[in-house]
Formats: sequence, C-alpha cells, structure tokens
Amino acid sequence: MTQAQVVIVGAGHAGFTAAASLRRNGYAGAIALITAESCLPYQRPPLSKGYLDGLREDRLSFRPEHFYERKGIELLRAYRVEEIDRTAKAVVPASGESLRYDHLILATGSTPQAARLPGNDLDGVFRLHRRADADALRERLVTAREVVIVGGGFIGLEFAAHARGRGKNVTIVEAADRLMARAVTPVMSEFFLREHVSAGSRVLLDTPVARLVGGDGSRVQGVELHDGSLVKADLVVVGVGVRANTGLAERAGLAVNDGVLVDRCLRTSDPDIFAIGDCASYPYRNRRARHECVENAVGQAHAVAGTLTSGESQPYRRTPVFWSDQADLKLQIVGDFSGSDRTEVISDPAGRSFSVNCYRDGALIAVESVNRPSDHVAARKLVDRSGCSSPAQAEGS
Amino acid sequence: MAKITFVRRTGQQETVDAEMGTSVMEAALDNDIDEIVAECGGSMSCATCHVYVDDKDLGRLAPPSDTEIAMLEGAAAPVKPSSRLSCQLTMTAGLDGITVFLPEEQY
Ligand SMILES: Cc1cc2nc3c(=O)[nH]c(=O)nc-3n(C[C@H](O)[C@H](O)[C@H](O)COP(=O)(O)OP(=O)(O)OC[C@H]3O[C@@H](n4cnc5c(N)ncnc54)[C@H](O)[C@@H]3O)c2cc1C
Ligand code: FES
Repeated sequence: MTQAQVVIVGAGHAGFTAAASLRRNGYAGAIALITAESCLPYQRPPLSKGYLDGLREDRLSFRPEHFYERKGIELLRAYRVEEIDRTAKAVVPASGESLRYDHLILATGSTPQAARLPGNDLDGVFRLHRRADADALRERLVTAREVVIVGGGFIGLEFAAHARGRGKNVTIVEAADRLMARAVTPVMSEFFLREHVSAGSRVLLDTPVARLVGGDGSRVQGVELHDGSLVKADLVVVGVGVRANTGLAERAGLAVNDGVLVDRCLRTSDPDIFAIGDCASYPYRNRRARHECVENAVGQAHAVAGTLTSGESQPYRRTPVFWSDQADLKLQIVGDFSGSDRTEVISDPAGRSFSVNCYRDGALIAVESVNRPSDHVAARKLVDRSGCSSPAQAEGS
Repeated sequence: MAKITFVRRTGQQETVDAEMGTSVMEAALDNDIDEIVAECGGSMSCATCHVYVDDKDLGRLAPPSDTEIAMLEGAAAPVKPSSRLSCQLTMTAGLDGITVFLPEEQY
C-alpha cells in the first residue's frame, strides 16, 4: 500500500469511526483526524441522557488518548479547518500549517439551528449539542426550578424526562401540532405526549415562541409565547433542530443543498472528497436524505473506509437505525417513516410496549418500537432496503 | 481493580485491570481490545459489544435483562447460551478474574 494520506475533518461519530475503521481494515497510509474542539473525540448521545446523571467525563470519549498513538492516527485538536484548497489538495486552518491530503473525508456534522429567537443569548439559555453545553447545563440544572424546553424533538424530550425526574417544573413548548413530528408517526407522537404529560410535564403544542425574556443581569426569566403570555423559566433549553455544516464544502465549490451532496458511495462532486454522517445528503429511496443518527454516521464511515482500503467503491446501503431513551421508555426506530402510506400498530400503546409498522406500496419501510427490543431486532432484518441500493434512482435524485 | 481476561479468536489471551463499576466493554476499549466495537456507547442499542463468557464464570453474573436478551439476537456472530453484551457486565469484586471470549465479528 502506498503512503496515501487520508485527512478527516470532524471527529464526531462519523469521523472517529472512519479513522478507526481504516486501521481495522489494515489501511497503511497516514491518517489525520481533525477536530475543532480541544477535548478527545467523544460521543454525543449521552449528552442528553446518562451524562446528565453524572456519567464520568472520561466515559464520554470514544477511546483514551493512547489509542490514537497506538493506531498511528494523528489527532489534531483545536484545529479548525477554514478552507479546502482543492488545487493543492490541502486543508487550510485559520492559523498554522495546511495539511495535504490524497483523500479527504468531510465529517463536519451539524450545528443547532441558530434559533432566530430574540433573547437566545441570555444567561440560562442552553443548547445541547457539544460537551461544553452539557457541562454548563449540568451545573445550572442543580439550582434551576422552572425549566422550559423550546422544541419537542428527541433531545428536548430526553432532557425534559431527565429534568422532570429530578423534580423540576418542566414545560415543553412546540410549534408543530405534535411531538417529534419530523422523525416519528403520529401514533408515536401521541403516545409520547401522553407519557410526558402523565409524568408531570406541561406540553404546549401549536405554540410558537415569540422571544425569551430576561431580567437584570440578563438572566433568563421567561419565555414569551406568540399570544403574548409568559411562561416562567430560570433555565431554557432550545432544541429546534440542526443544520448541516456545509460551509467548508460550499466555499470549496462542492455541490451542496441542505447537506453536502454525495453519490451512493458517499463521494462528493469532487471524487477525492467524501462526506459522511450528519453533514451528508445521500440517495435514499427515490430522494435525498440526511439522517442524523449514530448508525448512519458509523455505517457511512465503514463504507468509505472500505472503499479506501479495497480501492473498490463500496456503496452505502444500511438502513438508518435510531434510538431515544426517555425516562423508562426505550424508543427504537429502523428505517424512515416519511413517505409511508399505511401504518399498523402491533400490541397496545396502553401497555407501554408496542410497535408501529410503516409500509409504502406494500413494502415495510420503517418500524418504531417502544420497549419492544425483540420487534426492533427483527425489524433490522425485515425493513426493505431495496430503496437504498437501486443504482438507477441514486444518481437521478 | 478487578482482572478480566479477553481471549481472542486466535487463542491469544490478554488480561487487563478494570476499575470497579466500569463495564467489561469499557475495559476493552481502554485496553485496545479491538474486537469490541460498542457503537452505541453502552446503551443497549447496537449489540456490537457481544462476548461469550467462560462457562466457569457464568454463575457469577447477574442474569441478562429482557432487553439484553432481545438485543443479543441482533448480534452478528452466532448467539450461544454464554453470549452477553459486555456493556451490561459491570465489574464488581465478585467478578474478579472473569474470562470472556471474543466473537469473530460484531457487524
Ligand atoms: C444531545 C444529542 C443526543 C443524541 N442522541 C442520539 C441518539 O440517542 N441516537 C442516535 O442515533 N443519535 C443521537 N444523536 C445524533 C448523533 O449524535 C449524530 O447523528 C452524530 O453525532 C453525527 O455524527 P457526525 O460525526 O456526523 O457529526 P458530529 O458528531 O456533529 O461531529 C462533527 C464534528 O466536526 C467538527 N467540525 C465541524 N467543522 C469543522 C471544521 N471546519 N474543522 C474542524 N472540525 C470541524 C465539529 O466540531 C464536531 O466535533 C444525538 C445528538 C445530540 C447532540
Ligand atoms: S455497546 Fe451497544 S449494546 Fe453494548
């Protein structure tokens, strides 16, 4: 094997796995793994789950520091790539040395949507995306009493369950008419709504937030709703979705449209550059999708690592899998329900253990399970993958 | 500290020290036991931390939860009566000296 140089920008689940997977496959070239953050690469899912309960900090990291050394992975921390120089085939930081690549993997992830909410930067208003967010939030939660969550998606709801479990007064404010609307079926939204309400949280649907209101010292005091009423708050978590980090790719002239556009083998419009994980928009059933989950990040990382080690393009064809833990409820999803034309509920939601099967044109395209891991495991084998492996639709979308 | 012995497919053994309260999965990651992948970080959502516990040690373990049993069905390597998710095996003094065998594949 020649000493090719693979440079990976972003050391989240996708970037880390790509580096580890290359070495696992026996890749002999140089590997540089770049992160803008200064801590060791870490996983995000616990930030809204176990980490809030006091999971030890070192357990958040994927691997201890010596791993990178032993695997010959050059880990560049606190290194923010500002530009890609495609002519010189190098990534360029704001200050410091550029780094040449033979193959570049963009794994830049996503960023919480800059909530266009007035008052977004008040003291006591948090996002939950980076480790630093979770550290600050964890500390503030100790003394908080009135917790308001703006946005009823997974992260907001996981945090709500945690805060409620610690005896805080919790209000969830959601602009849409149901919870987790982008990611789950109405049946599932309905179930989680009932659960959060019966656990004691207040849930306001169809309720856009007008602004966050501060007191002296610019500490947050409340959330003003669109009708002018005020919900008291001394801690606010804003979780209104994320946006793919595409700036680098865009400035480098790569094709971008809500995500870096890649083909079935995760190549961008420049064949020497791949994009994986949250930042990549890939062909998935007749359309393009960006799946924001660990399984997708990891699966895409393995596919690219396979391509680079074997020299043969390996299409990505895993089905996305997602999980969310909220109080004692374990939600597990295989596939993507959007586009389904029929759903079927297996067992009874009242028993707090059920599944929703989603079909399109008679094919099973997604299964959502609550506290039914055996349905989930079976679904991983049953959900139709034909959609993501058909070559015809991949390029056309 | 408690000792865990990992046995590779090649028969090669590696004994590591694990802190009490950490999981067998965590001890593996800390000690470059690459056969353990642990994609989900220990939340019983991936089954890529599958191990076979030595028969002599099975009696010392707390039994698996229903979720663990179900998730094991999704493991890539064959599931045997000694199969466990290593993220669910928490080290205690009672588990000192446990031996686990690593499966051929995790995905
Ligand atoms: C609180 C929380 C809970 C979650 N829970 C779950 C869950 O239960 N299950 C699940 O499947 N998924 C969950 N997710 C989603 C999952 O974490 C993401 O899908 C996954 O992290 C995506 O990995 P990634 O590598 O694509 O991006 P990221 O993990 O976002 O990593 C991208 C990295 O790139 C770095 N970067 C970006 N631009 C540059 C640059 N120019 N230079 C250098 N570095 C750069 C960023 O700093 C970041 O560290 C959760 C996410 C969050 C935030
Ligand atoms: S680490 Fe995922 S199930 Fe054990």
